[in-house]
Amino acid sequence: MTDKARTDAVAALEATTTNPAMRVVLDASAVNRALTRIAHEILERTQGADDAVLLGIPTRGAHLATRLGERIAAVEGLKLPVGTLDVTMYRDDLRLKPTRALGRTEIPNGGVDGKLVVLVDDVLFSGRTIRAALDALGDIGRPRAVQLAVLVDRGHRELPIRADYVGKNLPTAQRENVQVRLTETDEEGDAVLLGVKIAAAGAKEATQ
Amino acid sequence: MKRHLLSTADLSADDATLILDTAGELARIADRPIKKLPTLRGRTVVNLFFEDSTRTRISFETAAKRLSADVINFSAKGSSVSKGESLKDTALTLEAMGADAVVIRHWASGGAHRLAHAGWIHSAVVNAGDGTHEHPTQALLDAYTLRSRLGSLEGRRVGIVGDVLHSRVARSNVHLLSTLGAEVTLVAPPTLMPFAVESWPCSYSYELDPVLPKLDAVMMLRVQRERMDQAFFPTEREYSRRYGLHANRMAALPEHAVVMHPGPMNRGLEISAEVADSARSTITEQVANGVSVRMAVLYLLLGGSEPAIGTENDEGGAR
Repeated sequence: MTDKARTDAVAALEATTTNPAMRVVLDASAVNRALTRIAHEILERTQGADDAVLLGIPTRGAHLATRLGERIAAVEGLKLPVGTLDVTMYRDDLRLKPTRALGRTEIPNGGVDGKLVVLVDDVLFSGRTIRAALDALGDIGRPRAVQLAVLVDRGHRELPIRADYVGKNLPTAQRENVQVRLTETDEEGDAVLLGVKIAAAGAKEATQ
Repeated sequence: MKRHLLSTADLSADDATLILDTAGELARIADRPIKKLPTLRGRTVVNLFFEDSTRTRISFETAAKRLSADVINFSAKGSSVSKGESLKDTALTLEAMGADAVVIRHWASGGAHRLAHAGWIHSAVVNAGDGTHEHPTQALLDAYTLRSRLGSLEGRRVGIVGDVLHSRVARSNVHLLSTLGAEVTLVAPPTLMPFAVESWPCSYSYELDPVLPKLDAVMMLRVQRERMDQAFFPTEREYSRRYGLHANRMAALPEHAVVMHPGPMNRGLEISAEVADSARSTITEQVANGVSVRMAVLYLLLGGSEPAIGTENDEGGAR
């Protein structure tokens, strides 16, 4: 990353954190309840989730996958394999933006062949990230089935993709910006915020 | 605005760390059943080799193919270069064919810089060794190997031993390792120590034995007979006795220290077979890491709308 890009990213971050136009749509306890509900739904709909593998998409999806794994362990005493799946190299917009740094792909021991993979991400928007994730998954193995869990579905799909588990359906306008904050990555703690998009590079990341 | 990787002196500590971190992530696809990423689909990488090479060419070819780029291999032998075609005309041919990146090895120091800055082509240029000047991807893979063996490079002591005068590997490593915070010591007979070595960001010594016990890593350089136009040392036997790494000398190294060699090796001259095949030697590891590091360089130069590393066209890249 160039110095300029870094300064831009920092400026964008500061703008969003101090921007009064951002309003909280889910607070910490609402995020907590949504995750607990998704964990129950996964158990229910997969009849015990025996062969399920949770794969989070970095960075926030990865933290959410870890949390879902913990919830499921607390409810059912079942320790699901949890991993991460970086989709950067499979994105269709790579050439439209400056080169991105890579995230981590960590496939749990046992792989994904014949398993039920639950992809976990923070925000579902255009669906392009999930398309990339499906391609990335195809290069790693052949799951029995793939499902998708997201904390927020903000609409505006550009591809025929839908989520199986949704924390919150959030009607938004294209020009609006959805920001997910988690204690693992953000100092302010868990929250989902909605506001007007800031025309800078760094703020875009949160909407993907 | 395409950018290039011509010299490790152009890389900031952030750039170098980004390349090494990216390489670390890319190394993991080597364990997958499908060792391929679609990232550079539809891009063309030309391997332009005016000098013989096994490791570097195959490594770049593998790296480009793992990223799904199309690869054209071009070596001076068996091409129009042997009929007297100039670098410029070769470059214009490549430009007409629409190469996105040119990986060049040239016998002339500055060959890669000339190709990048003469305005003949618009592709990104990666220096894969130019004469006795630089070989940046070799230094990057050495740094990657050191980092994975020793944890961090900060404050680590690295000895580079042998034919420093003719070594582009040594030059690239001195810049890169010092940028990353390591302390480099060059060891060579006075005849093989480069002119004005005092101005390099490293220390130097004419004796190997006093330096060895302090090192975290020792990098043995190949004695480059093909570049030696005069007698630089009396006999090979004497060179090997004073500057070669054999079992007795290896025992003087600290317990954790590693032995590196960029290859190809002259077994029995600068390094004994016993040392080269020992558990401390990282020589085959270096080759494997080379693919990951070159994938990282190609991805960071070609992956996005603008590259994340390297020098810009309008800058003077040479140092």
